[in-house]
Amino acid sequence: MRLYRLQLRWEQLLFWRSRESAVFVFLFPLLLFTLLTAVYNGRIYGRPASWALLAGMLGYGAATTAFAGLALILVARRELGILKRIRSTPLPPATYLVAVLTSIMLVFALQAVSLFVLGKVLKSTPWPQNVVSLALALALGAAVFAALGLALTGYIRSLEGSSAIVNVIVLPMAFLSGSFGPTRHYPQALRAIGAVLPLKPLIDLINGIYLHGQQIWDRPRAVAILIAWGIFGMAVAIRKFRWEPREG
Amino acid sequence: MPAAAISVHGLRKSYGDYEAVRGISFEIAEGEVFGLLGPNGAGKTTTIEILEGYRPRDAGEVDVLGFDPGRAGPSFRERIGVVLQQSQLWPTITVAETHRMFAGYYDRPRDVDEVIKLVGLEEKRDARVKTLSGGQKRRLDLGVALVGDPDLVFLDEPTTGFDPAARRAAWDMIRALRSLGKTILLTTHYLDEAEQLADRVAVLREGQIIREGTPAELTGGTNETEVRYRQDGHEVVIHTTEPTRLLQELTAAALAEGREVEGLQVRRPTLEDVYLSLTTPEER
Repeated sequence: MRLYRLQLRWEQLLFWRSRESAVFVFLFPLLLFTLLTAVYNGRIYGRPASWALLAGMLGYGAATTAFAGLALILVARRELGILKRIRSTPLPPATYLVAVLTSIMLVFALQAVSLFVLGKVLKSTPWPQNVVSLALALALGAAVFAALGLALTGYIRSLEGSSAIVNVIVLPMAFLSGSFGPTRHYPQALRAIGAVLPLKPLIDLINGIYLHGQQIWDRPRAVAILIAWGIFGMAVAIRKFRWEPREG
Repeated sequence: MPAAAISVHGLRKSYGDYEAVRGISFEIAEGEVFGLLGPNGAGKTTTIEILEGYRPRDAGEVDVLGFDPGRAGPSFRERIGVVLQQSQLWPTITVAETHRMFAGYYDRPRDVDEVIKLVGLEEKRDARVKTLSGGQKRRLDLGVALVGDPDLVFLDEPTTGFDPAARRAAWDMIRALRSLGKTILLTTHYLDEAEQLADRVAVLREGQIIREGTPAELTGGTNETEVRYRQDGHEVVIHTTEPTRLLQELTAAALAEGREVEGLQVRRPTLEDVYLSLTTPEER
């Protein structure tokens, strides 16, 4: 426990000290939200567009922070030999990984709060009503994406290609799942693809809670799909996660 | 005879069909500096990584500080320090922060400032790691390996890629470690490094130890002296166990004819010669 808290502090220092992670992982969704609310007007899902865009951006934030951000951080550390080095110390590997995961979830939590503040300032979006349900949904989403991010690292071979691979996954997924606007007018085929990806149920969940006053348990199907993705991510991560850089 | 810090018997390791380590045995006493010497691909890194606990072995008995590194946990890792062949540390935090982070992982760490001083990075204490030179980064690596106050330090090719000045500085540091009473296992493909630093050396070739002993024993094993000179524009090389007589004959003949023996050289074999004759396949 002492080691966990210690490592969590170092992880936070490492995150905020790195300009790449602070800007691209933390600030990017805030920037995108600002841009989207500037171009979208009118109503989405029967609410002001900015509300739905905020909900969509919370989902995108979970994917880009907990999934893409985590995968990039871990691949970089693995390929630089940092993970291998850590393993030579008495710090238990599980403690280390849990601290890294918690740290990225903390970043996401701060990002979510910042999005609400930004929405309030720019577009007078309301504070969420069912705060507990929303927090649970976001925590579930972030945890599922973190598990998938951990799994993804096993498939990224080098540092050079890592951010390209991650973007190729995250951006189309965000587009198909409605992060950047509603998907109702998309062709049936694209919507069908979106429906089986993990981001769509998360955004549905956030929409239901934030826009329509639902609770997390009002959408058991979305929760179940998310949990299934999380279990899948963990199962792959356990098999594929590596501590050592690729030789040569 | 002091207790053995490391003892290895019949160690084997294969990667698929390729047998990287083919039944090697050696012992390293406490406080000893032991060098594993060999060309690339001889099995040095595989051996050291088995002893560090990174890789499982296929066969053989391994005891490191009383632990089986294949199964050892945090209490084993409290007592070892590792410098990997290629590894970097976080570029965005400082030298002192990096040391403090690692110090936090150990029950009884050394004082961080003391370690920074030991590896000669006092002036870079608050510099970010990305601003360090290659040699300074390697010293940081060593500092991080020492911050837990280990009894045993593994150095995998600690000076590969260094310029001569940086190598000498690294050697001084490793000698300083020995004076702290640490047991050190180092791998290298530089002979002068093994000769300078190691109390004992094992020469590895194709996964087997082909010679083991002190650097003096390895070079002393052969009594031949090499005499070289030029005659009629050709280089003549003679290996002899009677250099005195050979030189007498050579110089007497030259004196009688009133000429110089051109390009005369007399030298004892260095560890390098022994090493080359050992590690180069026979057919040469």
